[in-house]
Amino acid sequence: MKKIKNTAGLQTLRQTLLEAQDPEMPVVRVCLGPGCLALGAEKVARAFKSAVRNKKIKARVQPLIKGTGCHGFCSQGTLVSLSPANLFYVRVKPEDVAEIVATSLEQGRTVERLLYSDNGARYRSAAEIPFYRAQQKIILKNVGIIDPLDINDALMAGGYQSLAKVLTEMSPEEVLKTVEVSGLRGRGGGGFPTGYKWRRAADNARENPGPVYVIANGEEGDPGAFMDRSIMEGDPHKVIEGMIIGAYALGANQGFLYVRHEYPLAIHHFSIALRQARNRGLLGKNILGSGFDFDLQINRGAGAYVCGEETAIIASLEGRAGEPRTRPPYPAQEGLWGRPTVINNVETWANVPHIMEKGADWYTGLGVPHSTGTKIFSLVGKVKNTGLVEVPMGISLGALVEGIGGGVPGQTHFKAVQTGGPSGGIIPYELKEIFTDYHYHPEEFIAAKKEISVDFDSMAQTGSIMGGGGMIVMDDHDCVVDVARYFLRFLEEESCGKCLPCRLGLKGMLEFLNRFARGQGSPEDIDALESLGQALVDGSLCGLGRAAPNPVLTSIRFFRDEYLAHIVDHKCPAGVCRDLISYRIDPETCNGCGLCAQECPEACITGKKKKLFTIGQEACIRCGVCQDVCPMQAVQVA
Amino acid sequence: MKPMSAKKESKKPPKDNLVHFSIDGRRVQAQPDWTILETARAHRLHIPTLCFHPAIHPWGSCRLCVVETRLNDKVEVTASCLTKPVAGLEVLTHSSRVMNVRRWVLEMLLAECPASREIKELAAQYGVTSTRFAILDPEEECLKCGRCVAVCHEVVGVQALTFGSRGVAKKLETPYRVPNNACIGCGCCVSVCPTGALQARLDTVRGDLSRRTGHGFAH
Repeated sequence: MKKIKNTAGLQTLRQTLLEAQDPEMPVVRVCLGPGCLALGAEKVARAFKSAVRNKKIKARVQPLIKGTGCHGFCSQGTLVSLSPANLFYVRVKPEDVAEIVATSLEQGRTVERLLYSDNGARYRSAAEIPFYRAQQKIILKNVGIIDPLDINDALMAGGYQSLAKVLTEMSPEEVLKTVEVSGLRGRGGGGFPTGYKWRRAADNARENPGPVYVIANGEEGDPGAFMDRSIMEGDPHKVIEGMIIGAYALGANQGFLYVRHEYPLAIHHFSIALRQARNRGLLGKNILGSGFDFDLQINRGAGAYVCGEETAIIASLEGRAGEPRTRPPYPAQEGLWGRPTVINNVETWANVPHIMEKGADWYTGLGVPHSTGTKIFSLVGKVKNTGLVEVPMGISLGALVEGIGGGVPGQTHFKAVQTGGPSGGIIPYELKEIFTDYHYHPEEFIAAKKEISVDFDSMAQTGSIMGGGGMIVMDDHDCVVDVARYFLRFLEEESCGKCLPCRLGLKGMLEFLNRFARGQGSPEDIDALESLGQALVDGSLCGLGRAAPNPVLTSIRFFRDEYLAHIVDHKCPAGVCRDLISYRIDPETCNGCGLCAQECPEACITGKKKKLFTIGQEACIRCGVCQDVCPMQAVQVA
Repeated sequence: MKPMSAKKESKKPPKDNLVHFSIDGRRVQAQPDWTILETARAHRLHIPTLCFHPAIHPWGSCRLCVVETRLNDKVEVTASCLTKPVAGLEVLTHSSRVMNVRRWVLEMLLAECPASREIKELAAQYGVTSTRFAILDPEEECLKCGRCVAVCHEVVGVQALTFGSRGVAKKLETPYRVPNNACIGCGCCVSVCPTGALQARLDTVRGDLSRRTGHGFAH
């Protein structure tokens, strides 16, 4: 691979690459994101390669790696898109490949049965599908289009153009100013103004000369969140480009990609991207002939949730145990090895090239005031269309879940949404009446806005956070006590244990919730739990402990009735908490097939074939297997 | 003229360097590098703490020293052992938010180290006499405050003690869980321990004294 000597060289190379492309050449893009890989995407890609080779037709199989499972349709994988025909096939199996090659590639016709269909309508291209129509893809523009293992593909798609512009036309001060004016805020969850962070680091570096460091936070630990993974896997060069631009603005010569060990594909793609960028002269000494030196290295986090906290990342990079320390001093003042350090989320870095390319004014035009730009959300849980969604900030929760997500299958509306991962909060569908007793919340806010707008500030007013962008949708079969318990268990396990309120308080909160789930406790315990939660919010050392009670506090605030149902009536309205439910077979619907008796691990279901079966309540462990296997839906929860 | 100006200088000590703020309504002055806790102590105002020790860097683990700070409209609850005051800051050491944190922490401590007399007495001062949390080990005295680890590292200059595991499982251990020869049994850790938990443990830390080499940094 030839080194690019200067910006003119970059343009020439891009031109040459683009001219070498045949616009008529069919391109098959097979999604190789982990979601699709799990569904056998690799076999599909291999089948395409061999089919094309055997038939000797002009087509190139472009294996495409993208974490979302292609355009957010994990449930629809394996996904295959064909261009220039602009076809989008879903649920492709290896045995379908021959038909696609024969019909679409050779004869130019459509394989109707593989198109996405919804409510009787069939959609030929991805852009027509309602799931995508409301999205505005900026950060994810290239994810799913380019091959992340080939820098040439990224260059053709416009990669490193912003870097060339910055290095030749802009001073570091201008870059800083542009980021400040753009209003970009940290996408990791805190929503801290990025420009302000950079400015402080630059000022501190000027007062106290020496090295400056930039770090990308790819330690995305929230259950149910995969925004950063998708960017790192699908378009690693965008993150690298953003970091080079940031380093140029701050005068940093060394950067770190801190990626969690559980993202092997992201690490693999990053290491290839770094090597290719170095070979092309886009990283290392004298980048594009500008005289600016910058290099990046990958550091793997060893699987601690708290290492997503910036001071814990620094501790981890320095070789110490990943435990947070108190801020101030902020990393922008004293970060890695005591030097000013800028730590931004992967998604934040990926925003930077776009802001440089199109300008701060364009960026402020996106989203809402105070929360500009777009945000990627991972929409998961009890929602029809699960996956990654990129939308302008400020979209309402309803529009996101019901519009793009398609609502809850089989129910009129969702029950609640857990936003911001385990340290976020539970936001209910019905906000109107619940907000009247919510003391933090200004009444006029809810009067003005019936639906919650999804941006940093609006979400914070509900007691939840937008966080990294995880959205877990719940329906009537989800119990809020159980959900809060699940998140607390996760956080208790991930707490580093340095400060007392987090280490012992989370354990204590979990003890309360475990009692509630067994139907024990008193209504006063709910108040005690609330005040304990508040003690953690006020008393903990870092953001993990300070945000950890959010799921409990918001669920008590919005679903106190459900807590009371557990404690007073000893009932779990959602039918989840095992100690409070029992399974029964409805005599009307049971057809006596005996499947439940066969599958029951405790062998407590008795009856005769073709006659009614009954569950022995004494021995029943309430595992729910009988309900899962019953073809007649005769097993009911009482 | 010269002696005059010199006198003027000495008469006006670096008063401008002091940070003027208030603790519980009382006006106090802090040296520029003092924390709120240090200022309170210098003015004989009591803020409880278990992990702070003048010999070591503040660690901020026990959170008993939390105070409520108010500046303009910004109200925060923060650890006074780590926070440096700014001019005009209003510090409340016994506000309801502070007491809520303190009482809950003490209640947690009663479950964490039920054998400690010191903690029982401290908790009783704040009206906390029983705990709603599960007691794991009725013999436990250690609250993992980190004083011993810090004094061994920062004052003695070796790392004979460390924390192992994380979260609820966090324990005071020797590196790699073997008695180590860096420990000469100087007893610094025992002397700084707020609950006396180390008294009984010192022998599990110490290795074979005859095998020590070098100048106390052998690992």
